[in-house]
Amino acid sequence: MMNRQGRPTAPGTNAAAKVDTVLGHRGLDHEEALIFEQGQAGRSGVDLPPVPAVQSRLGNLARQGGIGLPGLSEPQVVRHYVRLSRRNYAIDMGLYPLGSCTMKHNPRLNEKLARLPGFADLHPLAPLSTVAGAVELMGTLAHWLKVLTGMPAVALSPKAGAHGELCGIIAIRAAHVARGEGETRTRILVPESAHGTNPATAAYCGFAVDPVPATADGRVDLAALKAKLGPDVAAIMLTNPNTCGLFERDIREIADAVHGVGGYFYCDGANFNAIVGRVRPGDLGVDAMHINLHKTFSTPHGGGGPGSGPVVLSAALAPFAPLPWVVETEGGFELAEAAAGASFGRLTAFHGQMGMYVRALAYMYSHGADGLAQASSDAVLAANYIQARLADVMTAAFEGPCMHEALFDDRFLKDTGVTTLDFAKAMIDEGYHPMTMYFPLVVHGAMLIEPTESESRESLDEFIAVMRRLAEAAQAGEVERFTGAPHYAPRRRLDETAAARKPVLRWTPPPAAKAAE
Amino acid sequence: MRYLPLTGDDRAAMLAAIGAASVDDLFADVPVAARLPGPVDLPHHLGEWEVENSIGAMAAKNRHSGIMASFLGAGAYRHHVPASVDHLIQRSEFLTSYTPYQPEIAQGTLQYLFEFQTQVALLTGMEVANASMYDGSTACGEAVEMARRVTGRNRVVLSGNLHPHYAEVVKTLGALHDTAIEQPAPAPAGEGDLAPVIDQATAAVVVQYPDVFGHIRDYSALARAAQAAGALLVVVVTEVVSLGALVPPGAMGADIVVGEGQGLGVGLNYGGPYLGLFATRQKYVRQMPGRLCGETVDAEGRRGFVLTLSTREQHIRREKATSNICTNSGLCSLAFTIHLSLLGEAGLTHLAALNHARAVEAAERLAAIPGVTLATPAFFNEFTLKLDRDAAAVVEALVGKGILAGVPGARLWPGQAALADHLVVAVTETNTPAEIQGFAAALAEVLA
Amino acid sequence: MTVKYTKDHEWVAVTGTTGRIGITDYAQRQLGDIVFVDLPAAGRVLKQGDTAAVVESVKAASDVYTPVSGKVTKANDMLADAPETVNEDPEEDGWFFEVELSNPGELDALLDAGAYKAYIDSLE
Repeated sequence: MMNRQGRPTAPGTNAAAKVDTVLGHRGLDHEEALIFEQGQAGRSGVDLPPVPAVQSRLGNLARQGGIGLPGLSEPQVVRHYVRLSRRNYAIDMGLYPLGSCTMKHNPRLNEKLARLPGFADLHPLAPLSTVAGAVELMGTLAHWLKVLTGMPAVALSPKAGAHGELCGIIAIRAAHVARGEGETRTRILVPESAHGTNPATAAYCGFAVDPVPATADGRVDLAALKAKLGPDVAAIMLTNPNTCGLFERDIREIADAVHGVGGYFYCDGANFNAIVGRVRPGDLGVDAMHINLHKTFSTPHGGGGPGSGPVVLSAALAPFAPLPWVVETEGGFELAEAAAGASFGRLTAFHGQMGMYVRALAYMYSHGADGLAQASSDAVLAANYIQARLADVMTAAFEGPCMHEALFDDRFLKDTGVTTLDFAKAMIDEGYHPMTMYFPLVVHGAMLIEPTESESRESLDEFIAVMRRLAEAAQAGEVERFTGAPHYAPRRRLDETAAARKPVLRWTPPPAAKAAE
Repeated sequence: MRYLPLTGDDRAAMLAAIGAASVDDLFADVPVAARLPGPVDLPHHLGEWEVENSIGAMAAKNRHSGIMASFLGAGAYRHHVPASVDHLIQRSEFLTSYTPYQPEIAQGTLQYLFEFQTQVALLTGMEVANASMYDGSTACGEAVEMARRVTGRNRVVLSGNLHPHYAEVVKTLGALHDTAIEQPAPAPAGEGDLAPVIDQATAAVVVQYPDVFGHIRDYSALARAAQAAGALLVVVVTEVVSLGALVPPGAMGADIVVGEGQGLGVGLNYGGPYLGLFATRQKYVRQMPGRLCGETVDAEGRRGFVLTLSTREQHIRREKATSNICTNSGLCSLAFTIHLSLLGEAGLTHLAALNHARAVEAAERLAAIPGVTLATPAFFNEFTLKLDRDAAAVVEALVGKGILAGVPGARLWPGQAALADHLVVAVTETNTPAEIQGFAAALAEVLA
Repeated sequence: MTVKYTKDHEWVAVTGTTGRIGITDYAQRQLGDIVFVDLPAAGRVLKQGDTAAVVESVKAASDVYTPVSGKVTKANDMLADAPETVNEDPEEDGWFFEVELSNPGELDALLDAGAYKAYIDSLE
C-alpha cells in the first residue's frame, strides 16, 4: 500500500507575530522552576541498600524534624540541570573577551586525566607509601612552574589567586619579622590600577595601602613610586603586564628601587599568559608571584571556581613558604607536612587543589616549552589585532601596542547616550559575552578585551566586525538597540537594586503551604 | 599544535594589519636581558596519547580507595557519587562558563547557586548561606574573622577536638592580627566543657560536630554561654552527610556554621578541589564573606537571579572588603547541588542511616579485638580506636593487606606521643559488610 | 538654620548646636540607586573628617566623612527599610545622622550653597 498522505514541505507565507506559550517556554529555551518547587516527599533519584538494624549510637542527637529538601527522580534532575545549563554562555560556545580572566579553551583531555581513579579516588591522608604517583605529579608541576618563572621555590597549596596573594604577602611579612623589622615595615605600595584583591589582601594582612599613580601612558609612575619609598615599605604589589594590558617597561628599576629599601616585590600573576615561555618573572626581580592555573594553564572556570593559585618564591622568601611542600629527593618526591623551620604555617587543610594540578600539568605537557611560548605570542598577537582593527571606530585608552589584552575607554561613546554598560549588553544580542567593563578603575568606562590564543582568525574577524558595527550604531544614534539590550537573552536586564535593597537569598515555602503543615 | 588555531598565514596577515614586522616587536617593552632567546628547558609538546601515558603512569602508582578497602576520614569522606553528577557538571555551559557577572546570560549558574544556598541553609538549620568558599578549613578561618568583625573583639577559643589542619589555618590568620587563641589539648576520650574558657574578650568559640575523633555532643548549652558573653558560636561540620542524621547546628543555637561539602558530589581528589560551606544568621548577612546569589525580577517582570550584596567584596570595597576572596568553588557547588537533588530528603536520610549502621557494625567488631578500645561511645560514621601500640605502624602493616585502615594520630598531630596510638576510622556506604569483616580480621592478625 | 557643604559632597544643616548631616544630590546621582546606609551609633564621638557612615549602591561604596566634630545624638533609622529615600530626597528626608556640635567654629571654613554649586559646576 502506498502512503498517499502528503503535507506541505516548504515554508508558507505565514509571517506570524510572536505567540504566547502555555508554560512560558520559547522553543528550545525552557523556563525552569526551582527544585524546591518540583519536589515531592518520599521520592529519590538514588537507590540505596536497606539499612541494617543496629543499636543507634547517636544518643539524643538524632535529627527530629524534616530538613525540607525536595525529592526528585533521576530523569527530573537531569532534565532540570540540562535546562539550566542552556541558559549560560560558555567558552565552548563563543569568544569570551573578558580581560584579565584569560578565557582560553579548556581541553577535555585534562578532564579525563583528572578523573583517573588514581587521582580522583585518592584520600589526602592516605599513607604516604601509597601515594607516590600523586606526589610525583605535584613535584613535576612544581618543577615546570619553577622553570617557566625562573624562581627557585613554589608553594602549591593556595586554593585560588587571591589565596595565593595572601600566601605571598604573609611570606613577605614573615621575612620582615625574621629580620626584626615586623613592627616598622607597615606600608605596601599598590598601583591605582590594581585588581581589588591586591589592596584587600594587603589591608587584611595589617598593612597600610599606599596607592601609586600611573603616568599618561598607563604605566606606574616611577618617579612618584621612588618618592614614596622608605624604610617602612614592606613591599610593592604589581601586576605585569599591568591591568591596562601594558608591560611595565621600568619593571627592573622598580624592583631594584624596592629592593634598595629592603622591600619585596609581589607580582600578581593574573596576566602571565602574555609572557609565559618568553619571559621569566624571576628575571624581572620578582620575589613572589601567584599563578592562576585557571587562567594561564586552562583549568576550567566552572562558573566561578574552583581555582588554584600556587605561588613561586625567591630564595629570600622560600624559607617562609606555607606547609605542606613537595621536596625533591634522590628517589623522587616527598611531601613534607610537619612544622618545618621558618614556615609560616598552613593556609588550608590537606595539600591544595590536586585536581587542578593534574589538569594544569596535562596542559603543560600538551603544549611543551615550544607550545607555551607560541601560546603567549598568539595571545599578544590576537589582542593587538583587535586593537589595530578597531582603532578607527573605538578609542584605545593608551597609545602604542598592548600585550595580551586591549583596553578601550568610552570616549568614542561621548554624546551618544550609550554607556559602556549599554554597549556591553548589546554585545549579548550579538551572541557574545561582554568584555570586562569598568575595570581597571583608572580608565573611564573601561572595556578590557582579552581574546586569548584559542581564537581562530575567523573568530577574531567576526568579533571585530560586530564591535565595529556596534560602535558605528552608537555613533549613528541607534540608542534603543543599546539601552533596551539585551533583547535576545533568557532574561532581560535584571533589577540589581531590588536584589540589594531587599535581599532574598534562599527559597522559602509559600505561606499557604506552611499553613497546611 | 592542536589548541592553537592561528596558522602562519594568519599570523602574517595579522601582523600586517597591526603594522608590526614580527611578534617580537610587540614585546619591545620587555627589558632586553629578560627576553628569552629560545624555549625554556622543558620538554617539547606532546600529543594526547603521549600525555595520557605519562600522566596515566603517575596515576597508576597510587593505591587508591577504589582498589583498597578504605576507612579514611578525618575531614574527607568517600561517598558514592551517582553517574549523572559528573556527566552534568561536564556540560560545556557549566564547565567552561565564567562567574555570573552578566546575569542575563548566566541564569543557569545563578539559579543553581540559589538552590545551593537554600540547601546549605536547610541542612545546617541556619537562615542564610553563601555560594560556597574554597573549602571547610578556609571557611573556618573566615568565620573567625567574621566573628572578630561582628564583636569587635580579638580572642578566640578553639576546641581541642577541632581538626588540626583547621586550627592551624585559624592560627595562621590569627597571627596577622595578634589574635589571642586559646586551645586545650586534643581529648580523644571527649572534651570537657569549654564554657569556663569564654570571657568578655572572646569573639568566637569554635567547635567541630562531629569532632575530629568522631564524638557527637549537644552544643546548646555552649551556645547560650557564648551568647551570654557576647561571643559567637562557630560550629564546623567536616562530614556533610552527618547532617542527614543529626540535629543541625542551627537548632543548637550556632551563630555561624561552616563545613566541608566534599562528601556530596565532589569526591576525594587527593585533597582538592573541595567545597566550603558557610551559613549564618540573617542579621549578620552583610558581614558574611564570599559570593551571594539573590532573587529579583527582570525588565519583563520574570523571576531571575543575580549576584548581590557585592559591596562586601574586594572588587568594590578593595581594602575595606570583608575578605580578599574572589572565587567560590563553582563547579564543586554544582556537583553538590546535583547530588543532593538526586538524593532528596528521603535519600539523604537513608544514606546517613546506612553510614551510621555500617560504622556501628565496624566499631563493634573492631572494639572486640584484644588490644583495641573504642574511645568514642557516641558517633555518626567516624570513631576513634585506641590501640595497644603505635597506630601508624599498624596502618602500614594493613596497607600490605590491601586495607587503608584509618588515619593514625601521628599523621594529624605529629610529635604528640599521647595520640600516636589512636586511629581515626571512617566507615561509609562504600564499605561493604565483607570489607568490614576483612578489616577486623586483618587488624586482629596484625595485633596478635 | 544654616546649611554648609564640603568638597566630599556632604551637607550639614545647623539649628542651634545640633547639626544634621547627609549627602548632596550630586553625590546620590554619582552613586546610583542606594541600597544600604551604614549609620553611626548614638553616643559615638566624631572628629571633623572621620568616616562616620558608609553609603552603598549596587556597584559602589562610599565613605561619608563628618563635616563637623561632635557626638552623635541620633541616626535616621528609617533608612534601613527605605534606603531609596537618599536618592529621592537627599537633602531633607534622606538625612543620615545628627551630632551635638563640639566646635561650631568649624562651620566657617565649609562651603556655603553658592560656593558648593560653583564647585560642582567645575567638576562637570
